[in-house]
Amino acid sequence: MEYTGAEIVCESLLQEGVEVIFGLPGGAVLPFYGALSGYPQLRHVLVRHEQAAAMAADGYARVTGKVGVCTATSGPGATNLVTGIAGAMMDSIPMVAITGQVPKPAIGRDAFQETDITGITLPITKHNMLVMEVDDIAPAIKEAFYIAQSGRPGPVLLDIPKDVLAGEKRPFVWPETLNLQGYYPPGEADEIQLNQAVELINQAERPIILAGHGVLISHAYSELRELAEKAQIPVITTLLGISSFPTDHFLHTGMPGMHGMAYASLAIDKADLLVSLGMRFDDRVTGRISDFAPNARVVHVDVDPSEFHKNVKATVPVLGDIRKVLNQMLPLVNRRTHVDWLQYIDTLRAEHPSLYIRQTDELLPQFVMKQLSDVTEGNAIIVTGVGQHQMWAAQHYAYKNPNSLITSGGLGAMGFEVPAALGAKVGSPDKVVWSIAGDGGFQMTMCDLATAVENNIDVKFAILNNGVLGMVHQWQEFFYDKDFFATVYSGNPDFVKLAEAYGIPGIRVTDKTQVEAAIRQAMDTPGPVVVDFIVKRDEQVYPMIPAGESVNEMMEEPVPERIF
Amino acid sequence: MNGNGRHHTIIALVHDRPGVLTRVAGLFRRRGFNISSLAVGNSEQEGLSRMTFVVDGDQYTVDQATRQLDKLIEVVKVANISDEEIVSRELALIKVKVTPETRGEILEMVHPFRAEIVDVGARSMVIEVTGSGDKIQALYSLLEPFGVLELMRTGRVAMVRGLSEGRVSDELVLDYHGDHLKVNEAYEVGSY
Repeated sequence: MEYTGAEIVCESLLQEGVEVIFGLPGGAVLPFYGALSGYPQLRHVLVRHEQAAAMAADGYARVTGKVGVCTATSGPGATNLVTGIAGAMMDSIPMVAITGQVPKPAIGRDAFQETDITGITLPITKHNMLVMEVDDIAPAIKEAFYIAQSGRPGPVLLDIPKDVLAGEKRPFVWPETLNLQGYYPPGEADEIQLNQAVELINQAERPIILAGHGVLISHAYSELRELAEKAQIPVITTLLGISSFPTDHFLHTGMPGMHGMAYASLAIDKADLLVSLGMRFDDRVTGRISDFAPNARVVHVDVDPSEFHKNVKATVPVLGDIRKVLNQMLPLVNRRTHVDWLQYIDTLRAEHPSLYIRQTDELLPQFVMKQLSDVTEGNAIIVTGVGQHQMWAAQHYAYKNPNSLITSGGLGAMGFEVPAALGAKVGSPDKVVWSIAGDGGFQMTMCDLATAVENNIDVKFAILNNGVLGMVHQWQEFFYDKDFFATVYSGNPDFVKLAEAYGIPGIRVTDKTQVEAAIRQAMDTPGPVVVDFIVKRDEQVYPMIPAGESVNEMMEEPVPERIF
Repeated sequence: MNGNGRHHTIIALVHDRPGVLTRVAGLFRRRGFNISSLAVGNSEQEGLSRMTFVVDGDQYTVDQATRQLDKLIEVVKVANISDEEIVSRELALIKVKVTPETRGEILEMVHPFRAEIVDVGARSMVIEVTGSGDKIQALYSLLEPFGVLELMRTGRVAMVRGLSEGRVSDELVLDYHGDHLKVNEAYEVGSY
């Protein structure tokens, strides 16, 4: 039997176990859509903007651990994917994006809706390919899926001209092997590195584990917990590492860095060893690098060798898959206690209660997050964009399950929270999914409420509505002489009416006494719901270590005496 | 950190596919580095090409870029061979003005460079010279007073002496940075 290129794409996606594709059609990709309608096993979720397709694929990939697939047409369709792809690159998300391209004879002639999308996405994809022959489609898709999810995951883009999708028919041959000479995703660690790392861990008096996204990606949560408990090492989770270690565990020591808990940053400052697992010493974590962890040696475990010594010099780099490396380490690590060190950290927690929410009648955004955490008992999947709401979600929600915070970390893209939540819900239909947005980010992607309605994707949308671009406003307050230029949103729509316009319930909350009931009401209502929390406007995220500064310059919220 | 460092000679074994050069060049471009010389051609293995390129930059950034290069799917192997014992060559074609009076003098001058005359015209001559960059520069300087009409240089091609293929980037990473007392060497990154 012979197949068109488009049918070969579908057959190949089935071979890869794809269940859902997020996308929006257009001229050049239409042959693919023509074939797709004949493959009901491949669920297509039609979005309202291609950016949402990429971000939904991202959210889907994060909750399932599978490759997220998105598709768009040539030109503007493809360029609209770019922000979502860049985010997947920064946060190491397995994604395959398939774009239609203008027919081969039209390429390079500035044809209608022609853009060089492989050129554009060169630096924001792990790999990309322009597929010029029908017979190359199946091998290209097999390669794309392998590359996307092996080693350090990342997005792969396949650009396929219309006449390759719709031209000659060829037999479908699914390749047995791949020719990827020179591409070897690391597995187990080298013995020498491993022994040196273990030696440092066994000697350490004030060790800290810095757990990053790599722990979640390699599914090493239980190994992480075993290591932490066996060697009694406090665990600090980076923003993307949140939920890799249970928040209520006695060794959980918060998040580090710019808006991390003060006790976490202060503990790193005093530590004599950092065991860094699948994290990359982002500038939001380290602040000024010369003052970061000045007393610590560093064991850096990562699957990507280019991360070693990139920002922080590793005393011992350990190349390998986190889970495999931890399994190698566990039998060699001594069971021991660090009583003095844990007591010291407890003192820091008492002296720097970074998660304290002050008593007031005003509706504080932190209070909303705390209530959400309590009502959902830490079991929801929380999806955020970037900014103040993201930091409050990172600080005040007590995550109980792995992969339960989905956030635009590295790229920091506003608007991620709406489509990524759709993808997360599609991937985890049995979980409660809350999209947490600011009023700024929500307005970037709220057009995809229609996608939630159309496909009955049961996401609860919370807006922490303060009428400003909160984080930028905060920087203006602290660092730009309170010149609040271009950060006040005076023309916001009525989000409750907006929800109603989409035919879904909208709930407005203006008083703190209504918060819990509103959350429960939203969760008891089947289908998507928008909850508009009108929160206090000039609320700042504390603690804060200003960009490029160190823990010594940390700003903390003044706390009333009586809580001590 | 900018290109105010030394010359680095990097060799890479790459798949012979469209776009490879753009990918490799892009990793240096985004760091504001100039590739000062580049040579690409078939390798001993079918479907694979060897690249030699010379970039100017500080050690840290070149190391970073080299490791990023190794991550490119189409790059099979990469090595910074600047500190190795290497053989390296460039080739140049120099078209120089000649007159009946200067012809003999030029021929004599070219001889010690083991350069060849590959084209002779009534008023010009093309000289082919192979060697190190310094040697080519030296010949060029000697010929300049006669009037150089055109200079065409290939990039440098380089090879490690002996059996070694050059220190590949994997080994570079596997090097144990075992100085236990030296903690946290700083690499500053910019902030807003």
